[in-house]
Amino acid sequence: MQFGLSESQQILKNNARKFFAAECPVSEVRRIMETESAHDEKLWGRMAEQGFLGVLIPEEAGGMGLGMVELAALAEEMGRALVPGPFLATLAGAAAIEAAGSQKHLAQIASGEIKTTLALLEASASWDPDAVAMQGLIGEKMFVPDAGVADVIVVAARDRGELALYLVYGDSLQKTAMPAIDLTRRLYKLQFDNARGELLARGETARKALDRAVDIATAALCAEMTGGMQRVMEMAVEYAKTRKQFGKPIGQYQAVQHQCADMLVWTESSRSAAYYAAWALDNHAPDARAAVSVAKVYSSDACREVGNRGVQVQGGMGFTWENDVHLYYRRAKSSEIAFGDATFHRERIARLVIDQMNARTAVGV
Amino acid sequence: MRAWFAANVPKDWVQRRNAEESMQARFEYLRAWQRKMFDAGWAGVSWPKEYGGRGATLMEQVIFIEEMARAEAPPMANVLGLGLIGPTIIAFGNDAQKKRYLPKILSAEEIWCQGFSEPNAGSDLAALSSEAKLGGDAFIVNGQKIWNSYGWAADWCELVVRTDPSVEKHKGLTVLLVDMKSAGVEVRPLKQMTGESEFCELFFRDVRVPTANVIGKINDGWRVAMGTLMHERGTFGAGLQVNYRRNFNRLVEIAHRMNRAGDPLVRQKLAQAYTEIEVMRFNQMRAFSRINETGVPGPEGSIQKIFWSELNQRFQQTAQEIMGAYGQLAHGAADAIDEGQWEYGYLRSRGNTIEAGTSEIQRNIVGHFVLGLPKSY
Repeated sequence: MQFGLSESQQILKNNARKFFAAECPVSEVRRIMETESAHDEKLWGRMAEQGFLGVLIPEEAGGMGLGMVELAALAEEMGRALVPGPFLATLAGAAAIEAAGSQKHLAQIASGEIKTTLALLEASASWDPDAVAMQGLIGEKMFVPDAGVADVIVVAARDRGELALYLVYGDSLQKTAMPAIDLTRRLYKLQFDNARGELLARGETARKALDRAVDIATAALCAEMTGGMQRVMEMAVEYAKTRKQFGKPIGQYQAVQHQCADMLVWTESSRSAAYYAAWALDNHAPDARAAVSVAKVYSSDACREVGNRGVQVQGGMGFTWENDVHLYYRRAKSSEIAFGDATFHRERIARLVIDQMNARTAVGV
Repeated sequence: MRAWFAANVPKDWVQRRNAEESMQARFEYLRAWQRKMFDAGWAGVSWPKEYGGRGATLMEQVIFIEEMARAEAPPMANVLGLGLIGPTIIAFGNDAQKKRYLPKILSAEEIWCQGFSEPNAGSDLAALSSEAKLGGDAFIVNGQKIWNSYGWAADWCELVVRTDPSVEKHKGLTVLLVDMKSAGVEVRPLKQMTGESEFCELFFRDVRVPTANVIGKINDGWRVAMGTLMHERGTFGAGLQVNYRRNFNRLVEIAHRMNRAGDPLVRQKLAQAYTEIEVMRFNQMRAFSRINETGVPGPEGSIQKIFWSELNQRFQQTAQEIMGAYGQLAHGAADAIDEGQWEYGYLRSRGNTIEAGTSEIQRNIVGHFVLGLPKSY
């Protein structure tokens, strides 16, 4: 395997960076995050024109039919630009629909007409699909990202005891905003009282589709987190080069410089892990699920730490509302939580790797 | 490759790893093994064909190393020759030097060591004071080197010396290839906190080194030495990652046997170790992709050095926690797990953030050369 980006992947990434620099500068992020839904229809339409909303959606269904590495490259740039709104939510929903073997709504998702999301968590706040308890379409889902603007919601629930995925229409249920730390994405509580929807998959098919969709969204999220880390590091390094104390740029002091060096180690390592996870998912590598967890463990901790240092290096300025670092710092926490934090994914690795390695398979004496 | 390993990997290596045996005897065993690999054409997979290599890409080299690990093959003896000094000769040496030295590095006929650090020039390597004075067709070398690995086994040394004390410290250095059997070379073992003498001190008293043994140009030694150190930081980790994975697998087995693998805290720590070893592997693959494009390892190799050294210290601590009272048992204790190699590994890992450039120096390199922050020293 070649571990760098191919020429076409690099072009996509460069174009995405230019696009978001022009269409979604941080002034726009701040404007959009003040709106009720943290979503901007005009930006969404532009993203659709670029094909960004259908990267993974097959060409015959109106998408770009590209792979996970391309998605990761795009997500990294979106993370860097802190693009607000339901991109990741829509990605997760669309991935679930496709993984369940359906093409329903995919063309409209790619064209930007329809937005979707994935409703997984309940009051237990567990990311484990086994913890899904809602019976049919009666009950409550929580922490559902960007459900406010979702036209169609993929809902994980139980159908006579078995895991099931439903497609539910966004206007047939009650949505209540759950104000939270990340100002660029909204969380909602959804109340279902015989909502209008249809069964997408159940049993083993539903489980596999849900696992696949969550893995895809998680890998994309890790790439997005990497982009955020990159930007926070750049802000801190820039500040360390220009801010002077005791007659020298503070970045000349090792206490500051070494924090910046750590930020680079974490950012580059997250990047390696995120792209490997994306590659492994695309190629159905035997370690693909473990690779997704490795990426999420690493980037969850790294993203928070890079944020910590990003604030610290900028001192009092880093703690102000005007400085953009807190927007990334907030996003870092919500991303750390989304699809399971490092502790959750370490346990998943324990199940996928450590429990499989009994005395028979281990190497050595 | 797989078939060759299956047929040729010595069956006694796994037992031998833990056996009571002198460092020297073990070294001779590994030397014979390298010779066998050389004869079959496997010793220098990524080296140019004309010097006995296979001309493979670094990526193929990584696959090769992973296959070696899968086959439970012993490592090759000439660690520094293969990993650091050979690549330096390939990059900076002239044709005569390449012809003269490279095949014997691959065959393990000549073992190599590095003479870089000095008692008063560690992190500040360019401040070194070992001097070489030109007299006719030879340099006369005087000085002392320290923290020298494999000096006790080495036939040759890549030595950095000062050839012009009148100019700025980085500009007056030269790299010499020194025959360790030359008159005036003395090797003294240096006992480490682990109890072994992996490192040595080297003393040079009026040692005569022909000018033909200059690698690169006279007074351009800093560039050559940095080339070696970039390899040390950047590509050396490929082999380590394989060892780490083997240690991890072994630790998981021990955790299962000690009924600790169900403990949630142990599971968290093992999974963290797995994560870090995997991320090290992915970093390595990315770094190698870059080296393939640019031809040389760059300062970002310091990221690797920071990563593998600190990872191993955390890993060894995790191993100690899992083994509890057993972890401290040393070689010679009847009840020690793996003949005391975990007690050894814990102590040895302390050296990781010091050798090959301290973590502090690596962070200086990252800060200044990668991030562009002002030089702090």
